[in-house]
Amino acid sequence: MEYLNIIFLQTYKILFLLVPVLVSVAMIVWLDRRIWAFVQKRQGPNVVGPFGLLQSLADALKYIFKEVIIPSSSNKVIFILAPIVTMTLALVSWAVIPFSATQVLADINVGVLYLFAVSSLGVYGIIMGGWASNSKYPFLGAIRSAAQMVSYEVSIGVIIINVLLCVGSLNLNDIIMAQENLWFIIPLFPMFVIFFISALAETNRPPFDLPEAEAELVAGYQTEYSGMMYAMFWLGEYANILLMCAMGSILFLGGWLSPIDLYPFNLIPGAIWMIFKILFLFVLFALVKAIVPRYRYDQLMRLGWKIFLPLSLTWVVLTASYLFYFNLLPVN
Amino acid sequence: MLAHAIFFYTFSFIAIVSAIMVTVSKNTVHSVFFLILDFISISCLFIMIGAEFLGMIMLIVYVGAVAVLFLFVVMMLNVAQQKNQWFSAQESSKHIPIGLIVSVIIFFELIIVIGGWKYKPDLVSAMSLTIDKNITNTHSIGYVLYTDYIHVFQLSGMILLVAMIGAIVLTFRQRSGVKRQSYFSQISRERSDGVELIDVENNKGVKSDD
Repeated sequence: MEYLNIIFLQTYKILFLLVPVLVSVAMIVWLDRRIWAFVQKRQGPNVVGPFGLLQSLADALKYIFKEVIIPSSSNKVIFILAPIVTMTLALVSWAVIPFSATQVLADINVGVLYLFAVSSLGVYGIIMGGWASNSKYPFLGAIRSAAQMVSYEVSIGVIIINVLLCVGSLNLNDIIMAQENLWFIIPLFPMFVIFFISALAETNRPPFDLPEAEAELVAGYQTEYSGMMYAMFWLGEYANILLMCAMGSILFLGGWLSPIDLYPFNLIPGAIWMIFKILFLFVLFALVKAIVPRYRYDQLMRLGWKIFLPLSLTWVVLTASYLFYFNLLPVN
Repeated sequence: MLAHAIFFYTFSFIAIVSAIMVTVSKNTVHSVFFLILDFISISCLFIMIGAEFLGMIMLIVYVGAVAVLFLFVVMMLNVAQQKNQWFSAQESSKHIPIGLIVSVIIFFELIIVIGGWKYKPDLVSAMSLTIDKNITNTHSIGYVLYTDYIHVFQLSGMILLVAMIGAIVLTFRQRSGVKRQSYFSQISRERSDGVELIDVENNKGVKSDD
């Protein structure tokens, strides 16, 4: 009975977290398309519902009623598993994202490492989908994405080390509380820029959307997917993008802290600030998609390994030396 | 404790079964996927005994990086189509004795390790590490690794670095005749380098390669 209670309570909490995430994923797709259209002086989706807000729901409905086609030469089990893996990994990492000091599903000691680990697993959905399709374009897309995501994870890891040096804890709430006086975007601004670009590459967003480059690879790893399975890839991708925005706002923009610690701003709950920060980063993501042309593959690799990795490593040494010299290292 | 036991046995069952499947399954790509499942369930076991740092590092390093590269190589080489070739082919059976020797060595090493833990309780108690319950295990690993064992730690880092440089040197080959993009010469290109204005006389024209 006691276990049953725990299970019910946890399920309730998980639903309370995941349903808003899924709804906001649908809304964020609409926002993405609207911003994209706005930059290019088009209208964007504006027919279904007020301002076209229900466009994503209409799309989802269309995907649900489409037939799921499984290619006869594909590896069926892995083919079906791939979108499930993508979707699960994208949703599972929301467990550690704090929306205020208490509103967090799992306040674990190694929150940052957990986020990093789950986002590094995200590559499997793409590789599995690309390989199991047993077709040339998906395979090329999968190979590209494997190399790309592994490369940019390295620099994201080093950037996280920068933040951890200033905090002295792997807990996400500790990281946010350490930014009470000064958001890390100010002392670590170059790292924020590198994190933002690496996050674009990590989530396969333009200008780094080589795994699904439609001009060369039809649709990359998604070529053979149809119906609901395609929609799951799509949802997982956008949930990952939101997660990266959340990670950026926790590491650099002070998470659920209000920008000014004064009377009228204090009243607004932390979750609202967190959502605003996530949205701000997402608008930046969408703007980049609209205005930057796609990178060539060798340029992508050069940027990751020859520019970002040395820069962020140097910054680690600088941060560590500064903190050590001025005796600011966090010691508990 | 019941839930704990259920989770422990689930994860260890998955770990053992997938470890067996790694060697049994005929398709190499499936083997790598079972290996990944094995890594994940073992990291779950690490987390269950409270070693959450080790569990996460296991996920990041082995599943997030090493296994991706495994998968990459296995998929690129298309080893899946060469299943069971080693045992059926005549000339490649010379691999079997080497494999036997390696497996016998590993078997005895495992016996020594397990025997050491089982029959020498002094070995465990002789370790002078005191574990402070008040600090997280990330901190306690840091306190040990960067103080008492800093030299060993640095040495293992050096070995990895040497191995990395060795791998790069072994596979590096300079090919001639490859056109490379020079960003500096591209960016520093001026209008006068590329465009030339010529007054063309009537009925004469100009040669383009002048």
